Amino acid sequence: MDQTEDGQGLYRPEFEHDSCGTGFITNINGHKTNQIIDDALTMLENMEHRGACGCDPDSGDGAGILIQLPHEFLLEECSNLEISLPEPGEYGVGMIFFPKESALKKACRVIIGNAIEKLGLHKLGYRKLSVNSSTIGETARKAEPDVEQLFVQRPHHITNTDDFERKLYILRRYINKTVTESIPAAAEHFYFTSFSCKTIIYKGQVTTYQLRQYFPDLVDERMASGFAMIHSRFSTNTFPSWKLAQPFRLIAHNGEINTLTGNLNWFYSGLKSYASAYFTNEEMEMLLPVIDNNQSDSACLDNIIEILLHTGRSLPHVMMMLIPEAWDGNEQMDPIKKAFYEYHATLMEPWDGPAAITFTDGKFVGALLDRNGLRPLRFVITTDGRVIAASEAGVLKLDEKLVLRKGRLQPGKMLLVDTEKGKIITDDEIKHQVASRQPYGRWLENYKIRLSELAEPRLAFASLSEDSVFRYQQVFGYTREDIDTIIKPMALDGKEPVGSMGTDVPLAILSDKPQHLSSYFKQFFAQVTNPPIDPIRERLVMSLATFIGNNGNLLDEDKMHCHCVVLQHPILKNHQLEKLRSIDTGMFHAKTLQTYYNADGMPGSLEKGIARLCRYAEDSVDDGFEVLILSDRAIDSEHAPIPSLLAVSAVHHHLIKSGRRGAVGLVVETGDTWEVHHFACLLAFGATAINPYLALSTIETLKNNGSLETSLDLKSLQKNYVKSVNDGLLKIFSKMGISTLQSYHGSQVFEILGLNKSVVDKYFAGAVTRIGGLGLDEIARESLCKHKIGFGGSKSGTHLLPEGGIYQWKRRGESHLFNPTTVHLLQHATRTNNYDIYKNYAKEINEQTEKHFTIRGLLDFAHHREAISIDEVEPAENIMKRFATGAMSFGSISHEAHSTMAIAMNRIGGKSNTGEGGEDEIRYEPMPNGDSMRSAIKQVASARFGVTSNYLTNADELQIKMAQGAKPGEGGQLPGHKVDDWIAKTRHSTPGVGLISPPPHHDIYSIEDLAQLIFDLKNANRAARINVKLVSKAGVGTIAAGVAKAHADVILIAGYDGGTGASPISSVKHAGLPWELGLSEAHQTLVRNKLRSRVVLQTDGQLKTGRDLAIACLMGAEEWGVATAALVAGGCIMMRKCHLNTCPVGVATQDPELRKLFSGKPEHVVNLFRFMAEELREIMAELGFRTVNEMVGRVQFLKVKDNLTSWKAKQIDLSGILHPVNNPKDVTLYNSEKQDHGMDAILDWKLLEAAKVALEDKTPVFASFDVRNVDRTIGTLLSNEISKKYGSAGLPDNTVNYKFNGSAGQSFGAFATKGISFELEGEANDYVGKGLSGAQLAIYPAESATFTPEENIIIGNVALYGATAGEVFIRGMAGERFAVRNSGATTVVEGIGDHGCEYMTGGRALILGETGRNFAAGMSGGIAWVYNPNNTFSENCNMEMVDLDPLSIQDEEQITTLLHKHIHLTGSKVAQELLANWKKASTQFVKVYPKEYKKVLEKLQYQTIG
Amino acid sequence: MGKATGFQEFNRELPEKVPAAERVKNYNEFVHLYTDEKLNQQSARCMNCGVPFCHSGCPLGNIIPEFNDAVYRKNWEEAYNILSSTNNFPEFTGRICPAPCESACVLGINKPAVAIEEIEKHIIEIAFSKNLVKPVAPLIKTGKRVSVVGSGPAGLAAAAQLSKAGHLVTVYERDDRPGGLLQYGIPDFKLEKWVVQRRVELMEKDGVVFKCNIEVGKDIAADDLVRNSDAVVLAGGSTIPRNLPIPGRDLKGIFFAMDFLKQQNKRVSGVPFYGEDILATDKDVIVIGGGDTGSDCVGTSNRQGAKSIKQFEVMMQPPEQRTTHMPWPTYPMILKTTSSHEEGVERFWGVNTEEFLGDEDGNLRALKVVDVTWELDVMNRPIKFQKVEGSEREIPCQRVFLAMGFLFPQHTGMIESMGVALDERKNVKAKEGNYRTNVSKVFAAGDMRRGQSLVVWAISEGREAARKVDEFLMGHSVLESKDAVNPFEQVF
Repeated sequence: MDQTEDGQGLYRPEFEHDSCGTGFITNINGHKTNQIIDDALTMLENMEHRGACGCDPDSGDGAGILIQLPHEFLLEECSNLEISLPEPGEYGVGMIFFPKESALKKACRVIIGNAIEKLGLHKLGYRKLSVNSSTIGETARKAEPDVEQLFVQRPHHITNTDDFERKLYILRRYINKTVTESIPAAAEHFYFTSFSCKTIIYKGQVTTYQLRQYFPDLVDERMASGFAMIHSRFSTNTFPSWKLAQPFRLIAHNGEINTLTGNLNWFYSGLKSYASAYFTNEEMEMLLPVIDNNQSDSACLDNIIEILLHTGRSLPHVMMMLIPEAWDGNEQMDPIKKAFYEYHATLMEPWDGPAAITFTDGKFVGALLDRNGLRPLRFVITTDGRVIAASEAGVLKLDEKLVLRKGRLQPGKMLLVDTEKGKIITDDEIKHQVASRQPYGRWLENYKIRLSELAEPRLAFASLSEDSVFRYQQVFGYTREDIDTIIKPMALDGKEPVGSMGTDVPLAILSDKPQHLSSYFKQFFAQVTNPPIDPIRERLVMSLATFIGNNGNLLDEDKMHCHCVVLQHPILKNHQLEKLRSIDTGMFHAKTLQTYYNADGMPGSLEKGIARLCRYAEDSVDDGFEVLILSDRAIDSEHAPIPSLLAVSAVHHHLIKSGRRGAVGLVVETGDTWEVHHFACLLAFGATAINPYLALSTIETLKNNGSLETSLDLKSLQKNYVKSVNDGLLKIFSKMGISTLQSYHGSQVFEILGLNKSVVDKYFAGAVTRIGGLGLDEIARESLCKHKIGFGGSKSGTHLLPEGGIYQWKRRGESHLFNPTTVHLLQHATRTNNYDIYKNYAKEINEQTEKHFTIRGLLDFAHHREAISIDEVEPAENIMKRFATGAMSFGSISHEAHSTMAIAMNRIGGKSNTGEGGEDEIRYEPMPNGDSMRSAIKQVASARFGVTSNYLTNADELQIKMAQGAKPGEGGQLPGHKVDDWIAKTRHSTPGVGLISPPPHHDIYSIEDLAQLIFDLKNANRAARINVKLVSKAGVGTIAAGVAKAHADVILIAGYDGGTGASPISSVKHAGLPWELGLSEAHQTLVRNKLRSRVVLQTDGQLKTGRDLAIACLMGAEEWGVATAALVAGGCIMMRKCHLNTCPVGVATQDPELRKLFSGKPEHVVNLFRFMAEELREIMAELGFRTVNEMVGRVQFLKVKDNLTSWKAKQIDLSGILHPVNNPKDVTLYNSEKQDHGMDAILDWKLLEAAKVALEDKTPVFASFDVRNVDRTIGTLLSNEISKKYGSAGLPDNTVNYKFNGSAGQSFGAFATKGISFELEGEANDYVGKGLSGAQLAIYPAESATFTPEENIIIGNVALYGATAGEVFIRGMAGERFAVRNSGATTVVEGIGDHGCEYMTGGRALILGETGRNFAAGMSGGIAWVYNPNNTFSENCNMEMVDLDPLSIQDEEQITTLLHKHIHLTGSKVAQELLANWKKASTQFVKVYPKEYKKVLEKLQYQTIG
Repeated sequence: MGKATGFQEFNRELPEKVPAAERVKNYNEFVHLYTDEKLNQQSARCMNCGVPFCHSGCPLGNIIPEFNDAVYRKNWEEAYNILSSTNNFPEFTGRICPAPCESACVLGINKPAVAIEEIEKHIIEIAFSKNLVKPVAPLIKTGKRVSVVGSGPAGLAAAAQLSKAGHLVTVYERDDRPGGLLQYGIPDFKLEKWVVQRRVELMEKDGVVFKCNIEVGKDIAADDLVRNSDAVVLAGGSTIPRNLPIPGRDLKGIFFAMDFLKQQNKRVSGVPFYGEDILATDKDVIVIGGGDTGSDCVGTSNRQGAKSIKQFEVMMQPPEQRTTHMPWPTYPMILKTTSSHEEGVERFWGVNTEEFLGDEDGNLRALKVVDVTWELDVMNRPIKFQKVEGSEREIPCQRVFLAMGFLFPQHTGMIESMGVALDERKNVKAKEGNYRTNVSKVFAAGDMRRGQSLVVWAISEGREAARKVDEFLMGHSVLESKDAVNPFEQVF
């Protein structure tokens, strides 16, 4: 394909993501009708907004439908073609995309013919489908295939459809493989959408509306099916992708497999052992490699499901294996089911990630949600025997009278319809059935090995002596800082240490200090296309369990599969390792391999050492060992340790390649592993368990020589250390949205920054490395440097390790861009307004001649034009409008610092950023001297602190923070002591009570969710630009393209290195990438996708000088964010103590005494920006650019410095970054056109029209409207208009009174403000009352409905997220994550799903029915009352932060008042009954009362009384 | 970091001093030690800054936050190990350093700086008392011979480091005791001589050989020394004092400060000296020069029982606070009141001495002085002065001590005979960073190379030069450097 997969520049096809809407409709009894197909297509069309279209609005990302073979239709159609079809089930239909080119097509047909013959089948003929090519978009048409149906007859010897299906599967795979191998030119366009005797798939790169038009078959009345499965795709790119449209043969997937690389590796790793009674060896060969290359994660998932299905497992069984519930640690789970999951865990790791999957094998139709429930799926069961399931409710208009049940799929649960038996099978029933197939529990009992049950080791274990510890520390590269900053706090507090102010040390590949190999590995993290998980508050979905041993034959079911060692977590203490080393069950043995190499410093020595290790490993597997222990203990002056990461990954990949990896567990006994990041790298590249003996010995030495101020004994200290490693690992997994160690294991979710491709391809195969770097000999050089220091003989005799200096500037330590000299010069320059001194500062930063810090430091400007006079360059005043300050919240920094930034930015026409802490309304008013403290950019982050309609209205730009450079994929915490009265008011919380920002936005689990939030915010303030903040990582360009398609106006690519506030120090350093990579990738990808001109591209991350700006501009950024340098100009001296509230210069503190010491002035900050702009202008003049716009993206004007001296820097290849992407002629390289936000046709215009008088003079208005699920974000634009006029006060209560009928789309009543009163008769989708700002919402089922409201789902997930005020009454149940981050709204609901009231900080929730699991996790304020007649609630409540109290008299008063109101507004029966029996009922309520909140309230009460 | 909020809870406090009236009665040190609690509080004030400017401000690169933390945790061994990794002689700098680290202390932005120097002194004294300071006889001897000329702080530091690296080190000192200015320049009341002796003895135990009463270039031939050594370090100091060649300079009663101070040190130590007594007893004394040596003359004069003491400085009185031209964290030229000033002196600024006036016996009787004003450049630096018309006057006195600094090292003798080149300031020419002179095998460090400077700079130069000597001898060095070194270059 001409423009997709050349992989030039930084773009890689494997970064693609997609996401979408999915669903199915079925007649339970399987009765085939045409109506089903028609309805399914309507459902699809009503989910158009969940898909997307690209640069060319008529080209969709793909849509499709899967139905049963329409026999009658095919019979007639075929007879016209003189093909006579046998009975249903006796023929199979292949739906094929052929290349348009006739020679290629012919060649494919020849292969197909041969293959059919070879398999002993009989071809009946082809039917070419007539399609309406004119209906599809230009991009899609460019790649349009010929679509044909192939008919194959079932031979007589095959007697049942399952066997025939299996044969067709072999045939399809074999044809596919042969075409791929023999006609590569055809492979791109040749594709079977389906090949089955049961089902058929119509799909293509079309929009949902085009599907019907494109395939006339679909509208033919003769078509009939008992069910239909549909899918609408939202891809992050705009490239032609007919194949990637869904459904696939068995599934339609809304979600993302986060662990795909690992899953594929694990699958291939057992290839040698795969055998099945269902296939001959020859057939098995034809199937290989089973999973195709270069396809989407969903397609891979479909492939693995196929093979597992065809080797004898039922579809529900396969789904339970691949996407298990969270079973580990779940004490409530049925033991039979738990045993099933545990047994299968020894066989296969979860395919982990957010997922809503609909699936079918032609008989079963079902759906399944991942353990987190991160994708919505709503269903309806009708009295006329239909089940309708889809990503949204209301996609098919139904007569409410026919509704038997309305529900949503719960996390980890399955919905299944057996169309043959004509029944719905419940989750419990089907899972019990599957789990009872074999005595899994007994197998585990008999064969599972637990460490605690093993015999004591045969050999006593010898600790390292104190002298050896020191030497080992030297050899493995410990520094004093590692010990003080990392190991000590882990051992003392059991916590991973935190730090602040980002990082400004050289990249590992540029540092002249010997690096730990894992410093070249940058953690991936989730953003936009999938959400991170909260490893603390949602611990219940996560697991660290691991299994060491032989995985066995995946395609078979054998009790010996579970004969392996089971660990609760992957960290082994010394004693445990020794037990494992001497294990001998007769069938299970361990072998220790030494991971050293010859320290002679000769080229190739390390390579030889690794080769030997791999050889030994292979031999050991062949010798039948089940565990290999890779040990680096046996080093001496002649032998240096192979870096453990390299050793384990080399062995891992070597064994994968030879198909042996599945037969053995890899345990690493290592000295070079002490930080959490080190452990994570080892696990992600193949280690099964790790013994960090040197870290443990280090703790022992510290304890022995009294360096630890503690009364804890050694055992507790080591236990703490292991605990903090484990907690840290969970955090790293969760950052990527991975729930279990098993899935993380081998997942390789890192980008390598600074190793060359040959090393990566050989030893870290499949990992991304884009700028080249060290080869094996250079890696050896780094390792030998440390080895020589350790064994070189210390002459002084003092035991002092090197200082380190990563987290703190140290004179002999690692270099920092902000150091005593540069901080001083910058402050001196800005305070004395002296440009000459600034130039000295800039010189210090820019001239990285001898030391290199950054990628931009390796670059020079390339002159392609005559220099011009600086007078010809646009003035600094213009340029300064392109500046923004970084997002720093009021809370993390002081009011003084925050408002100084704002005033400065307003003076120069730039934009300051509120950060995530809200903004006090007093700042919206101009100051007497004409200055303004109003931040132009209002940030919308996961906690939604103070995000109200009025806040959103008072903005020029709304920034959605998807991630933060310092800690992408993590949430922050503001400790209680920093939350003073003012901050609490601004954040709508309680003074003194700590605040938690969730890791994900709970309304963004996918790209279509982000599109929804962008739409919401555009409604909330259509004058504001919508900015989406992303953090640089591999694949960010693809995400940026998706974000551009989701209609963001601005995309910010943040570097990994910025950030204030508290972040775990491993995140600051090891997660994310420099902005140079992310920005270049984003710019290149946007240009390729013809999307660049639609968005403004902005970047930030340690931008310090005009030269930095110039380089960012040439790489594609037309706007720039500056945070740290601006703070330094304002007085910050890089104390890096923001998290302690002790900032001695009053910047990052709320201590009133310290705040007085703030000495920054707006003019200092203005000076900095003017200096930077002037410096940029000088460069522009030199390069011959008159304006910034003409400079954007002109990467040709950059080149690699030709005098690089550092031996490491010389290895870098920056051609990917410097790769110019030609802009199509209609697309500029900078933002030149506006996004179409689709605001013209929204319902709110009508609402606004009807509210005219209310807005004018507060006259109450009444009106009613019919709504459908496509009517989204109702009331938000109206609220924006109210806020504009009346501010946060809004209108008087019940001024705008609207009644809605039908199924409301997402975000009903989002940010609805005071004075609004909405009533909805019917149902609503996700995000009801999101950010509610004072309105009243009441929702109840249609009057005609006959179902019981309190047992049915009336509103979707994530209702009341971030609500700050108002009231919501729901007659019926809500989905998962109800009232998450509510900080002030009051609500009544009759039942909710999992994670209710999570992170709530204020407001009241009255729940009159069941709650799901994990209620009140992280809830620090507000009160929930839960009706609990059966006393089951406490099992579902996360008790970490709350007490369960009985009701007080005040509680009873409040509850009864709410019940009366609930009855009044919704007619609730439940409420009526409760009131009728209030005496009894009142004793059956539980009050969920956050502990901290209680303390503060009681103290307040005491003070008032006192 | 000791205590996150320590700097908010505790103020800077210095240890108590013996009252001025008492301490001038003898030559003993008069600064007490902190109580345990005070020491703990003072160390708790350190904020362990993300960018510890102190650590950058210290010429030795003392790793101040780390040792403050160890002191806070009362881990004396750790504190000593960290301190001694950058400073061979904390007992000297802990007593007499002007503490540029404290000027750079971040706390100093808006509060009094951490009492770093006192903490340093406490660490080393506690280490001595706990017997943590032990000879560091190297494990491996290289067999290389290194000669160090001069036993002042630079020479001592170079010798200590080179000995640690395993070389055979001989130190040549022309005076009767090792120590240079530490021994015979700085008065006992600021640095008692047993402190110097204690260190010298320790170094002798390390294997350093001291040869006193030998002046290289006079008592032994410079060429021989070079020939018989694998390397030579010249650390003879900057010894030629700045003179005031105005009329009357030959009058009796006018002395160079160093002659005065040295004699008194010998007197206190009971070491015989030659030549006339130089005493301030019962005299009206004028000290010309407002620096530290001038202060020492003031303190010594007071102890000898001078009738009156005046101190003249030609520059204008400096401001009491930092100005925009000397912002934090630079070392500011602000008014400094030393302990000797506390003991009694009249200080004058902007006064130029035009003539010494004598009586008929050729004895000094008065100074003819004039007030001056200074013309400043844009950075507030003085360019030249002008006399204030009509301000000429006579000030009676019988003793003048010239404390106007030092020009350069003595050229006659060793320097000339060795043939080492001089720089434009007539110091021994050797680049900072490699310390090598033009003569093969010969290195130079301290004031002899740098020109007159601080003790802390001398120690720093001695250490850095030693590292270069070690590299020269061995190809690489494992000795510490104050700045980052590229380990790859060191190892491969």
